[in-house]
Amino acid sequence: MTDSLPDKVRSILSDILGLSAEQVAAMDNDTELFGALPELDSMAVAGLLTEMEDRLDIMIDDDDVDGDLFATFGSLVAFARAKVDG
Amino acid sequence: MTHPLHRTYRYGGQQEFCLCFGEDAASRRVLIVPPLFDEMNRTRRMLVEMMRLLATRGIRTVLADLPGCNESSADITAQTLDDWQQALRIVSADMGITHIVSLRGGALIDHVADVPVVRLAPVKGSSLLKTMLRTRLIADKEAGKSSTAEDLLAHAQSGPLELSGYKLSADMRTSLEKATPDAMTHVHEMSLAEINGTPLWLRAEPQDDPAMSAAFAAYIADWSATCAG
Repeated sequence: MTDSLPDKVRSILSDILGLSAEQVAAMDNDTELFGALPELDSMAVAGLLTEMEDRLDIMIDDDDVDGDLFATFGSLVAFARAKVDG
Repeated sequence: MTHPLHRTYRYGGQQEFCLCFGEDAASRRVLIVPPLFDEMNRTRRMLVEMMRLLATRGIRTVLADLPGCNESSADITAQTLDDWQQALRIVSADMGITHIVSLRGGALIDHVADVPVVRLAPVKGSSLLKTMLRTRLIADKEAGKSSTAEDLLAHAQSGPLELSGYKLSADMRTSLEKATPDAMTHVHEMSLAEINGTPLWLRAEPQDDPAMSAAFAAYIADWSATCAG
């Protein structure tokens, strides 16, 4: 079974941050996000969280959100997976 | 022919501004109901370019300032979604609107005339409110003020709360919390894929997208031709 979650997260990042398909396709677990992508500022984070809730059908408690969550693509996908499986 | 026309309408004792393109005598007159609040700012340029292109196809388009937004001098803290819907009802009657195009939160206030409606990415009011609250919390945190959504709402109580640069009254917050796009007949939902679009309203910075404006204009021209206005 293919794992579609990383691709869903890629497409959310692309839509919110206006990144190209090539740029998000090249992301792997070690790709740094917060601090490395100028497009990802704190204002974009709010939109990202709401889109993740809508598209992954999860609920995110704002208390769960800290800077580490957006450190790398891998940490963001791991967070999403924990919520989806939760 | 593709120059903007500046028209007005009256609501709540105030004169409000409408940006129009195309001839008054055009047979198709389309009301554009844009996304709400900060999402409106991020999509305005793309929409205005689309309107300009529709004018070259002989279609009139109307983009009205909602009371308390854009050039309006009305008090935004006195507005609710019902006011905005009522304002658009007046615009729709004044301008003889034959078709309606709404985007995102615009779908919460697009039930203003018995004409065909097409919606792009309609959203519930509660989702908009949640994102705006989150944005405010993150900005507060950066400013060294730690708060929670509950704190903010409790502190504002019955007073206005500033979210994404808009001062929203308790009544506006309540109306948003409850609002869902009206189920109407004559509504068609289009997809972003049909116009090769991207969700500009989600972007951290306003951007335009000439290709999306062109594809959107072509879609609206085709759609409005196939449904009788």
